[in-house]
Amino acid sequence: MDIVLQLVLNGLAVGCIYGLVALGFVLIYKATELVNFAQGDFMMLGAFSCYMFVVWYGLGYWVAFALAIAIVGAFGAALDATVLRRVLGQPQFAVVMLTIGLGAMFRSFASITWGSEIYTLPTPFSAKASRVGGVSVSHEYVSIIVGTVVLCAALYVFFTHTRVGVAMQAASQNQLAAYYMGIPVKRMFSLIWAISAGVAAVAGVLLAPVSLIDINLGFIGLKAFAAAVLGGFGSIPGALVGGITIGLIELLSGAYLPHGFKDVAAYVVLLLVLAVRPQGIFGTVGRKKV
Amino acid sequence: MRFLFKTSYDQDLGLFRDLVQRNWYVALLAGLLVLPRLVPEYVVDLSLVFIYGLCGLSLMVLAGYTGLVSLGHAAFLGVGAYAHVFFTQTLGLPWLAAVALAAALTAAAGVLVGLPALRMTGVYLTIATLAFALIIQEVFARWEHVTGGLKGRAVDKPVVFGVPLGGDVAFYFLCLAVLAGAVWLTANLLRSPTGRAWVAIRDSEIAAQSMGVNLALYKTMAFGYSAALMGVAGALFAHKIGFLAPDIFSVLLSIQLLLMVVVGGLGSLHGALFGAVFVALLPVAISQARDAVPTWIGRIGALLGKGAGDAAFTVTDRFVKQPGLEPGIFGLILVLFILFEPLGIYGRWLKLKLYFSMFPLYKQATFRRQKAYMRSERLR
Repeated sequence: MDIVLQLVLNGLAVGCIYGLVALGFVLIYKATELVNFAQGDFMMLGAFSCYMFVVWYGLGYWVAFALAIAIVGAFGAALDATVLRRVLGQPQFAVVMLTIGLGAMFRSFASITWGSEIYTLPTPFSAKASRVGGVSVSHEYVSIIVGTVVLCAALYVFFTHTRVGVAMQAASQNQLAAYYMGIPVKRMFSLIWAISAGVAAVAGVLLAPVSLIDINLGFIGLKAFAAAVLGGFGSIPGALVGGITIGLIELLSGAYLPHGFKDVAAYVVLLLVLAVRPQGIFGTVGRKKV
Repeated sequence: MRFLFKTSYDQDLGLFRDLVQRNWYVALLAGLLVLPRLVPEYVVDLSLVFIYGLCGLSLMVLAGYTGLVSLGHAAFLGVGAYAHVFFTQTLGLPWLAAVALAAALTAAAGVLVGLPALRMTGVYLTIATLAFALIIQEVFARWEHVTGGLKGRAVDKPVVFGVPLGGDVAFYFLCLAVLAGAVWLTANLLRSPTGRAWVAIRDSEIAAQSMGVNLALYKTMAFGYSAALMGVAGALFAHKIGFLAPDIFSVLLSIQLLLMVVVGGLGSLHGALFGAVFVALLPVAISQARDAVPTWIGRIGALLGKGAGDAAFTVTDRFVKQPGLEPGIFGLILVLFILFEPLGIYGRWLKLKLYFSMFPLYKQATFRRQKAYMRSERLR
């Protein structure tokens, strides 16, 4: 029983990371209908910049965390303003290829700037654990779960209770109408890219103590796709629920199914969902009917 | 400018536009036949170009003509390669039978992926094929007594009808023959009702459906045909690299294959082949540039003084020798093509041709990109 609880806790934590990355996909998809295949690479950039501030420049963990979010967020906004805005209205395929290309460039950039070795990020939570009712609770995993909850609460308040947040919702629901209402749609889109990249950076920094930092960290983005699709591409709570489901399935299948299933469990679930219920759990995207 | 005066429908259906075009292709084929004598040192690279050409045709049929973008084609390549090796080396079947069986098996895998894909559109399909490729890669690593697992599996030289074709030049001709056959077959298929149905599906599924195109059937056919071509390419690829390991058929290879059709120019067979030349020769070009660029930069720096020249040389040299640079260059090329030349190399070629044939009257607006802001993939 303890082992199951332990697995569930770890699964929740890993699932939160998937959920956060999936949240990034969904925010961008809802607003601009672009699917960002470089989302995982934003996460990698976030983890690396935090590592750089902590280890190279000796800043405190929290300062470095904030700086990493700010830098990656600003980078996301700049990317939208300079590159991605040009492909709005182009076929989706072009966007997919564009973001794949950008992802490859980010990985290359990271490998040149920070080197292709594997790093560990020292954090206040590293290698600490408490025992709660027979289950050893590692602080790293708790930090991921708490961080996700806090971030989601903050995003919820932002999108529902602030002027800018509501304007963003309007822009993502109907660009033209929002534009007529005087909402600066372009700026809103850049801001959404910034938020999405920032969320990915948070995911990266939270994940860093659990997994190690290397340039292939971004491939977690592929599993986050499974999360986003499971939740229904375009649904924000769906992304989180999907992420947590995928995380739990992955850890439990690693423990109870034959060797090798852990790595593909997410993709098997993804294919099943797409075959059985393509619109996902909270799906809003339906089939076009003639 | 030359005008083509068409007098019968057969001219529209013909494989070539006119005699001039046909003669150009005959000349190209003749050129390829004598090429190994002209540049013997590049024969090895050229056979890789032909294999990539096959992959490009396969992906072009699916992505360029049917509009189904697959990020899982490396998996089909792998299925073809492993199946071919299994049939020839474990079961001892003749080469041609093994290739045919490998193609059939890969086509079956393609149909298997294509069936759930019927319910998906756009990016969902891309994600599904990606998931499929990742699962297949894991299967390659785990199914040890067929694939050799992570240790990999050595591949023998090809022997066709008892004739060993292991030499570089012999293998070049084998690849050329297969590619020429595949181009001919695909070109024929594309000007048949099947090909027109594929194009109709690409341009508008709803319109195609209204015109009586059976979406499920034709999409599955596109998947099956594309996968079968990939299977044949996989068989040749296995001989080419001589050693199969699961991590060869990774997502990165799938991306490289997609890069090929995008850079070549989506929606044209020429594009697939241009892209193949580009992708196969780019690593060669990059490795040559790695040696050449620091020297140039050093020379430019030397104009400012001896010390500056040496410093510039050292810095650039260290930069270009970074192992992670190459995927970044691929990414950059992809981004630049999507942004500035979405029609690819073939599009650029068409523009050049048009420029010269209309010489003083060419206007850029002929090829201006059409934006479709109001089109949404979401259900309203």
